[in-house]
Amino acid sequence: MLSRTADNLYWLSRYAERADFLARILDAAHRLAALPSSYGGRESNEWASALSSAGDPELFRTLYDTVNEHTVCNFLAFSAQNPSSIRSCIATARENARSIRTALTTEMWDTINGAWLELRSYEGRDLSREEFTQFLDWVKRVSLTFDGSAYRTMLRNDAYWFTRAGTAIERADNTARILDVKYQILLPASERVGGSLDYFQWTTILREVSAFNAYHWVYRESIKPLLVADLLILNPEMPRSLASCYRMLVEHLDLIADAYGRRGESQRLASKMRAKLGSADIERIFASGLHEFIQGFIAENNALGAAISEQYLV
Amino acid sequence: MAHTAFDEMNGGGIGQADPAAVRQAYDILKAWLDKTSPEHFNTRRSQAEMLFRRIGITFAVYGANESTERLIPFDIIPRVLTKPEWDFLERGLKQRVTALNAFINDIYGAEECIKAGIIPPDLVYRNPHYRMEMRAFDVPHDLYVHIAGIDIVRTGENDFFVLEDNARTPSGVSYMLENREVMMRLFPELFSRHRVAPVENYPDALLATLRSLAPQSATRDPTVVLLTPGRYNSAFYEHSFLADKLGVELVEAGDLFTKDDVVYMRTTEGPRRVDVIYRRLDDDFLDPLVFRPDSVLGVPGLMNAYERGNVTLSNAVGTGISDDKAVYSYMPEIVKFFTGEEPILHNVPTYRCREREAFSYVMDNLKDLVVKEVNGSGGYGMLVGPHATRREIDEFAKKLRHAPDNFIAQPTLSLSTCPTFVASGVAPRHVDLRPFVLAGADEIRIVPGGLTRVALKEGSLVVNSSQGGGTKDTWVLDA
Repeated sequence: MLSRTADNLYWLSRYAERADFLARILDAAHRLAALPSSYGGRESNEWASALSSAGDPELFRTLYDTVNEHTVCNFLAFSAQNPSSIRSCIATARENARSIRTALTTEMWDTINGAWLELRSYEGRDLSREEFTQFLDWVKRVSLTFDGSAYRTMLRNDAYWFTRAGTAIERADNTARILDVKYQILLPASERVGGSLDYFQWTTILREVSAFNAYHWVYRESIKPLLVADLLILNPEMPRSLASCYRMLVEHLDLIADAYGRRGESQRLASKMRAKLGSADIERIFASGLHEFIQGFIAENNALGAAISEQYLV
Repeated sequence: MAHTAFDEMNGGGIGQADPAAVRQAYDILKAWLDKTSPEHFNTRRSQAEMLFRRIGITFAVYGANESTERLIPFDIIPRVLTKPEWDFLERGLKQRVTALNAFINDIYGAEECIKAGIIPPDLVYRNPHYRMEMRAFDVPHDLYVHIAGIDIVRTGENDFFVLEDNARTPSGVSYMLENREVMMRLFPELFSRHRVAPVENYPDALLATLRSLAPQSATRDPTVVLLTPGRYNSAFYEHSFLADKLGVELVEAGDLFTKDDVVYMRTTEGPRRVDVIYRRLDDDFLDPLVFRPDSVLGVPGLMNAYERGNVTLSNAVGTGISDDKAVYSYMPEIVKFFTGEEPILHNVPTYRCREREAFSYVMDNLKDLVVKEVNGSGGYGMLVGPHATRREIDEFAKKLRHAPDNFIAQPTLSLSTCPTFVASGVAPRHVDLRPFVLAGADEIRIVPGGLTRVALKEGSLVVNSSQGGGTKDTWVLDA
């Protein structure tokens, strides 16, 4: 297939995944900000943290004076100046989709084009809290429908594999960004602050990756920071964990390599990271530095993105 | 003049909606129109619009700022042509496109028609669409115009005229195909009561045509691609639609490169050779090394590959000369000269303002004439005398006096009308027809019908989508 087509498919699914991530971050921030401060609801902190997980704080500062619910929601949801706002993600995904209409199934196109058309009904006016929540639910549904339509309707060929690789690498980046911003909440040192307050911070992290229920099924224990980190980083059952994302990346990059009869740098990097995550142990990661681990991961994930691009997309 | 127009349903003039006068081809349709309520039409029309919007058929209007993507209005009442009418048109179209190909082959080669005085040499050599580069070599199969859109207007029961020859990159065929799909979904009962010739085989015919034109150096399974200027082009939807139906890659210039005079596309598996390029990009932008150096839409080295016979461009470079409306005016002589036959399809009588006598006639009769730029298209830059104000006519006269060579004039034709669903109900509106003619190395293919464009404004004769025109499904009854 054309390199540009593969590139568009890959980025299309990255943007669809990113829109979902932004919606989850905003949703979780709303929940936490709504709590009384004795339960951890520290409004300004939570919005600042949402901003650093999901946006570019420097760009934000050039556009707004203060960090609060209104400005952060506007920046992450609707700002046209922010290339990673939900609005921009949907618009860019739709632009990508439009230029490769022929590589998409009707269902995928309908989802993206329909989302782009419907986006207008939310834009350009002040949404009530309830409407904003509906908006976030709608965004999550769009990503879900996109993902589902790709899964259900695409031919199982390189187009599909590039789409899945895009989803997986974006998802890995998103999970890692949450950990990057919130790692200190998970560290033992923060436990001294006291039980209930951190509890809601931990559950917020779980909600950000839609794993609040999953946690209990997997660990059958009350919420502990070490296990939260384990779930997000190493647990292969958890679809948004770094380990799961790399399992998916390796699988689809290998399928591409088999079809083309040639392996390259991206297969090598993905397998290496998968092996690393497979043999890692959460206690050892904590012992050697959670933050360093996460930062290292983000850098290597970016390197894989560059390798995929170099090998196939230009 | 509009009130005397021939109506394709009622015959004669508009005022005579006597049911007895309904033309036979419209019998069933007329009965259906009479018993269908406006509410039902409205429902169906909004369903049609939703279908079009969902599938993403839009076109960009240059210069419109509020939205760059719009739907071309679709009218849900089909236009009906009979089999004998179509057979006549088909013969005429084949003859005309055959002559166009022979003419273009001649002006870049033997120049017989110029030597024989059929057409003035300066009209050819000084034409902005004449490409000196094309004199240097022969294109595969001597065919230049592979895909033509010939605009036809009707003024009476048996009076069809060619209004324009579009031999560069004619667009609109996606509307022909999608209009039919939408009609079949909305009105299956109408199709069960008419025997409508299908158009859905157009993509197959197009692919067969393109493959037949592959250069000799290509393999037996030539690689065809469709080259688009990109998603900001007004016809991008059509490009992507066609590529999909053809099952070929939709490429932008950045996807192609040349090496040793061979064209390749960049794929995820490395470079792959390209044999036939169905390009929807004007000559000027094709190759920045030969034409406009500022073109970022083109492929450097493409013309060299073309001259070496390593790739076929479809249409060939330099076909724009036959879109020229002054050249058009010589088509009757051109058809006769190259085919040895009388032209089956007639031209609209045309005054060439470059000729002194014609010019003074035109200046004296501007209020009755349609004046067009010889290189204009899309309904831009033309004067429709009877609909123009005094001031518009005076303004236009100035332009005309300044550069008479750039204009031709034609009498205001009273284009035929067809029943059309508008705000006030079902009313007659003027239409034209663009059939698409495919000239391959093996045969000329035409799917029955084409794109009917309709001027939605009452009395208007301008059918272009950029000027508020709409489209209709076109039925050729296979009775």
